[in-house]
Amino acid sequence: MKNTKTTVILSAIALLVLPLVLQSFGNAWVRIADMALLFVMLALGLNIVVGFAGLLDLGFVAFFAIGAYMYALMASPHLTEAFPWFAQLFPTGLHTPLWLVIPLSAFLAGVLGILLGAPTLRLRGDYLAIVTLGFGEIIRVFMNNLDHPVNITNGPKGIGQIDSITFFGYDLGKKLNIGGFEIASVTQYYYLFLALVVVSVIVCHRLELSRIGRAWMAVREDEIAAKAMGINTRDVKLMAFGMGATFGGVAGCMFAAFQGFISPESFGLMESVMIVAMVVLGGIGHLPGVILGAVLLSALPEVLRYVAGPLQAMTDGRLDSAILRQFLIALAMILVMLLRPRGLWPSPEHGKSLASAGK
Amino acid sequence: MEILLQQIINGLVLGSMYALVALGYTMVYGIINLINFAHGEVLMVGALTAWSIIGLMKDGMPGAPGWVILILAMAIAAVVAAVLNFTIEKIAYRPLRNSPRLAPLITAIGMSIMLQTLAMIIWKPNYKAFPTLLPSTPFNIAGAVITPTQIMVLTVTVLALAVLTWLVNYTSLGRAMRATAENPRVASLMGVKPDTVISATFIIGAVLAAIAGVMYASNYGTAQHTMGLLPGLKAFTAAVFGGIGNLPGAVVGGVLLGLIESIGSGYLGKISGGLLGSHYTDILAFIVLITMLTLRPSGLLGERVADRA
Repeated sequence: MKNTKTTVILSAIALLVLPLVLQSFGNAWVRIADMALLFVMLALGLNIVVGFAGLLDLGFVAFFAIGAYMYALMASPHLTEAFPWFAQLFPTGLHTPLWLVIPLSAFLAGVLGILLGAPTLRLRGDYLAIVTLGFGEIIRVFMNNLDHPVNITNGPKGIGQIDSITFFGYDLGKKLNIGGFEIASVTQYYYLFLALVVVSVIVCHRLELSRIGRAWMAVREDEIAAKAMGINTRDVKLMAFGMGATFGGVAGCMFAAFQGFISPESFGLMESVMIVAMVVLGGIGHLPGVILGAVLLSALPEVLRYVAGPLQAMTDGRLDSAILRQFLIALAMILVMLLRPRGLWPSPEHGKSLASAGK
Repeated sequence: MEILLQQIINGLVLGSMYALVALGYTMVYGIINLINFAHGEVLMVGALTAWSIIGLMKDGMPGAPGWVILILAMAIAAVVAAVLNFTIEKIAYRPLRNSPRLAPLITAIGMSIMLQTLAMIIWKPNYKAFPTLLPSTPFNIAGAVITPTQIMVLTVTVLALAVLTWLVNYTSLGRAMRATAENPRVASLMGVKPDTVISATFIIGAVLAAIAGVMYASNYGTAQHTMGLLPGLKAFTAAVFGGIGNLPGAVVGGVLLGLIESIGSGYLGKISGGLLGSHYTDILAFIVLITMLTLRPSGLLGERVADRA
């Protein structure tokens, strides 16, 4: 028991110091850590849907996109530039505070998740996968084309000049100077995201242990038996969809504020697939596994980008870093699944019941 | 009226290609309950192989008529795709036959990405002009035009479907396939080797996909390493639309989806008063799918089955 406590404290310290160390190598490295944290949030959200409730969602990035566009529209000059009447309404531009946008986007994403889930949850697992995939594509196509006749999303050009995050007049987008020691903007975002991830982990963990979490797992293991036990399977599944989507929405908000620019390109099918891969590779339904999967799949390829430069020169430009990265991701997905079909760090409880069933 | 007829012709051509790809999805799903995500990539590899073969043959035997080259290229592409799909199944899906359901799906997605990457390395990422091998003067039918390539697509599809119907219904392999789809364990008790049947299914699916890929590339005149994604998705949609696991369903679903898409892209702008243009075509398929599944979850021709998942 004491051992776990020391590990927790040590890893907490390591996580807190990490960006300061990375910062000295250059802000790009801290950015990688930031993105990894965002993906951890997304993976945790999807884990509720796929891992806890056992519903395969291949369009999760749609909720991420909704959150991102929500923040982008409400905190960038885009709307006031596109609509003159809007500019008259807000002469200084629309700068909605974060406190309003986060709940709003969480709410909107959650509602959309439920709306998507309502007609489709009667379907068998694989149909659900393709319907959610279709939903993701629909959202992306709309983002791509809603620049005419009315310019809402600015189409493939994307929305820029998005406000950075401000707390009580304190701007995360600016450098912070404490006694001569500079803390870059990305590092401040790192702490914000880390805090959010910690909150997410706690929420997920509590959900897992709660009545509703047990209901999700019952539905996942055997829907008919769950129904017989008096679980309202439809409501329970809808709840999973809605809650998972909420995480996506909030992560999207953060992404928009962090990047300052978003375009439909960041929300393609490939991203959805990557998030599913993070959850499954890490260990489906097991929080530490999911976090591990998210960190590995989001950070490692970025790191590769820096290493793979010489390779490109060697192979006459055919094998550049992006290709190599994609190749390694694919290879990792196949190999990990072949060698450890239940993920890199699967939940132990499941294994126990399997072992005892075998006896 | 001419526009409608034209869109129907285009829709049939598009739909027959979807149908061929959808058959591959539906056969694999019917037997091992797996969405073979890499199927679209098999189509892409088929098309790109054919592109290379055509390039080689044009240099090697300059006098050969276009249709000979096309048939040869199609045949070689089919063989390459068959070997590829056979290998994929052996490496990525067979070891996972008894694992949790999501595991083979993830390897399938991994395979799909890997094939795209390999194709990008082998063929380079640029768009390649796929040569028109058949005469390009179109025929006129009551105001609408149909090109020889489109006629070729329709003919080849009908031929392929005829062969497949014969194969599935009148050969011992077909009987074994149907038995395995029905109940793998009982089928294996009856002396059917499931592994052989599954390999055969993947090979047949790959041949159909490669044919579709070559036709897709010659119809649109380009080939590229990402070309498999969208037709793959649409074809899977078509398979679900028709009732997954059901062979006639896949064909009906494919053709209907092709018709809906092409008629939709012709009239979407008119119906919505210019609000939604033809670039919304790609989501039409998914909207139809979602509506369909809400109203009739087992697909057009699928029988109602209890939830097996």
